[in-house]
Amino acid sequence: MATAAPATSHPAAAHPATSHPAPRGACPFAPPPAYQQAVRDEPVTRVALWDGAPCWLVTRHQDTRDVLADPRFSADAARPGFPFLSAAARQIGAGKTSFIRMDDPEHSRLRRMLTGDFTLRKTAALRPAIQQVADRLFAAMTTGRTRADLVADFALPLPSLVICLLLGVPYEDHEFFQRCSRSLLNRDSPVEEVLAAQDALTEYLDTLTDSKRGNPDDGILSRLVERGELPTEEIGAMGRLLLIAGHETTANMTALSVLALLRHPDQLAHLRAHPEATPAAVEELLRWLSIVQTGVTRVAVEDVEVGGVLIRAGEGVICQLNTANRDEDRYPDGDTLDLTRDTRRHVAFGFGVHQCLGQPLARLELEIALDTLLRGLPDLRLAVPFEEIRFRHEMTVYGIETLPVTW
Amino acid sequence: MLVHVDPDRCCGAGQCVLAAPDVFDQDERDGTVVLLAARPPADLAREVADAVAACPGGAIRLEEGVPR
Repeated sequence: MATAAPATSHPAAAHPATSHPAPRGACPFAPPPAYQQAVRDEPVTRVALWDGAPCWLVTRHQDTRDVLADPRFSADAARPGFPFLSAAARQIGAGKTSFIRMDDPEHSRLRRMLTGDFTLRKTAALRPAIQQVADRLFAAMTTGRTRADLVADFALPLPSLVICLLLGVPYEDHEFFQRCSRSLLNRDSPVEEVLAAQDALTEYLDTLTDSKRGNPDDGILSRLVERGELPTEEIGAMGRLLLIAGHETTANMTALSVLALLRHPDQLAHLRAHPEATPAAVEELLRWLSIVQTGVTRVAVEDVEVGGVLIRAGEGVICQLNTANRDEDRYPDGDTLDLTRDTRRHVAFGFGVHQCLGQPLARLELEIALDTLLRGLPDLRLAVPFEEIRFRHEMTVYGIETLPVTW
Repeated sequence: MLVHVDPDRCCGAGQCVLAAPDVFDQDERDGTVVLLAARPPADLAREVADAVAACPGGAIRLEEGVPR
């Protein structure tokens, strides 16, 4: 493999006109208009990161799949030129990270310690337990009430409770780890706050992992301890990744999905009339919303041509999942939410060997959440004007703060 | 149609099982691909092609003419 260029060398076109992340336009569900323009005019384009450093933005569907499947693009944040999306991310990236920021074979060795826990069969077997959690939350939310915040009362606690159950993390600590993960995923958080959150979460999981050594349970942390192959801090790093990824993403997808359906009454009516179409609806919502709004970052370790553009070794790349998932070449009329469309090959979970490990769990949780809400609340509607909904533009994972609903 | 799988390249995302459950399965232990039918019937050609396209690790390969 070619040697990577030093991080400081920013080649020609050093002053890109577009920033990353670019602001969204009039439709809060749509990708930034500047990026949608790029899909048409210059699909592999230069953007400026927060510190002014240039980075390649890959906006089209096929190019995104090509980059993410190509081992010449590294996920290793320690490599020179790796694009960091904030000052805090740069500091954290320089330290000990989980396998999400490693390349094969190390990535594969560590990931495989978890893949057995997230097979389709294992996940499907969780359905009754997850439905039970959803039913309990639903009852608490609706009994004697006609109004709720769907985020706080349902969308967030559901996946949080489930990932706690799977990992063996006490749910009583949810306010602590939800606060930490909010700081970690907020690009506007002060650097010290992010680093403190990272340290607090690391210490929490290391202590929890150590406590499993003499006192095992059925959770994933305990099982990793029993394997005896990993030091406490590596198990803690995995736990941190799963804990954050396990609740933030699904919580935001659930709330945004409900909001999207309420804003598209024809689609909502279709889903209500065809509950068996829920899995297909979930796929379309994943595609249309593509909540990993800052995209997926890589660094080239060799010179590679992508979409006719030469990306040199040591240059950073961001694969913009939300534009890729609305690429007209792959999804005609891609800006339209259409629960009956063919959504195959969407990249909402990424692509390549790092593709989301927990996707069967995410799908199942979303199916159960939508089914429970729509079945139980035939008159579900927004309790405030749509204009009052606050979208989380500053978060790595897109979402909404609160979703006041009534029925 | 002859299907080859390379478990070493598999990242256990389970996309092949979603696309073609009669042809692929996942190992109980580490979630890697298990080939149930190396020569699947022709009427599964589209499902198998979908599995190839969906595989994030490039762990599935077709021989004897790739449909579509």
